[in-house]
Amino acid sequence: MNNGHIMHSQRPVGIVGYGSYIPMYRITNAEIARVWGHESGPIKEKAVAGLDEDTITIAIEAARNALVRAAIAPEELRAVWVGSESPPYAVKPSATIVAEALGATPYLLAGDMQFACKAGTEALQAALGLVGSGMGDYALAIGADTAQGRPGDELEFTAASGGTALIVGPAEAALAVCRGSLSYVTDTPDFWRRAHEQYPRHGGRFTGEPGYFHHIQAAAEVILEEMGLQAADFAYAVFHQPNVKFPMRAGGRLGFTKQQLAPGMVSNTIGNTYAGAAITGFAATLDVANPGDRILLASFGSGAGSDAFVWEVTEAIKERQSRAPKVADYIRRRAEIDYALYARYRGKLAM
Amino acid sequence: MEHKVAHDWRLRGQRYRLEGEVCEHCGNKIFPPRDICPECHQPAKKPYTLSGRGEVYSFSTLSSAPEGFEAYAPYTVALIKLAEGPMLTAQLTDVAPNEVTIGMPVEMVTRRIRTQGEDGVITYGYKFRPALVAHAQ
Repeated sequence: MNNGHIMHSQRPVGIVGYGSYIPMYRITNAEIARVWGHESGPIKEKAVAGLDEDTITIAIEAARNALVRAAIAPEELRAVWVGSESPPYAVKPSATIVAEALGATPYLLAGDMQFACKAGTEALQAALGLVGSGMGDYALAIGADTAQGRPGDELEFTAASGGTALIVGPAEAALAVCRGSLSYVTDTPDFWRRAHEQYPRHGGRFTGEPGYFHHIQAAAEVILEEMGLQAADFAYAVFHQPNVKFPMRAGGRLGFTKQQLAPGMVSNTIGNTYAGAAITGFAATLDVANPGDRILLASFGSGAGSDAFVWEVTEAIKERQSRAPKVADYIRRRAEIDYALYARYRGKLAM
Repeated sequence: MEHKVAHDWRLRGQRYRLEGEVCEHCGNKIFPPRDICPECHQPAKKPYTLSGRGEVYSFSTLSSAPEGFEAYAPYTVALIKLAEGPMLTAQLTDVAPNEVTIGMPVEMVTRRIRTQGEDGVITYGYKFRPALVAHAQ
């Protein structure tokens, strides 16, 4: 049945609950530009985690929102996977702490995934497989980060904090059914962080065309072609968003309009939440989606790869949208800080 | 230090997710769990997870913080009256001390409480913040 590159699960599966979390603090690009003597930055502002927040606390709140939307008991989860490039511990799973906080322990898989900005969709693919094979009825995939850019580096304008949790379950209970997914991966050295280093480095010219654009376009083009779909068949499309320019350009090349991308473009107001970025855009799109809407989701992770998914929204969406705070609610909750407070909150001061 | 790790570990249910108890004799909700109902004095061991919604009963702002909490100063500690009845003490977060009022609706979040130095365990637990979405008391 499966001659192409698309992955299909043995039984139909989908998203039964989704939830996001974005910290309340914001630093504007104008403020970062002022400190480092630049004219401006690529986005308006980015979300900054507070002193008592990290990838685990972000994951917990996003997952609680997803559980409320799914209306399942936490003990029904057979997996909690946390995708991140900023786990608080180098050794000790974030996922066991998240699972314990949710009340999901002890009968489940729990682990952390690492694939730069696509760690969240890597977890999502695995969750589709686990539930799709019938090994469990529900699996929780999370992408969350407190991303760090070296002070003065161009990444500092966008590296942000936030995350989204997606609960995969049987299609009959889903608010969005997965019609197919695909992964496209190569060894590309566009961005990395060595062990014990605080800040990542990026491979300059690898960042744009050979990294982001090549992988997202390859994944999206093949999934559309093999499913016999075109951009016009979709209500919305969401791409990994390290800034505003990249996803707009990728979308445009694939034939999508500004209107199709608009609900999922959150990077201008929260920044690049790395493993949380594409799926927080997806969550913001689900917040406004209607039954019957088809949504394309394509992530990108440096190193490098892209996961692409085709979703179809069901009748269940409308009632579940309002069960938990929406992405827009968190974007609205905003306290602006200056560079000095930002440096303190993000541990950039050596004392 | 190791004593503290074991102590925190034993309390993870109540610290992470407000797991208390409900008295099967009089229905009273109990937090923290103490296995005896403070209302009717009967055994009460049935776990009950509280909603985490409540309001500020009283509060105090600390400028001189105890060891391990210096980085958060100044911060506000409040008595929180939970929707189910119990009262507890907790740190407030995501709010400036001068924005806190008695009766303010708050909700539980799980946050970093403190860390045992740069290489020690990170302790997570409940704090309360102004309710994100208005809720009925």
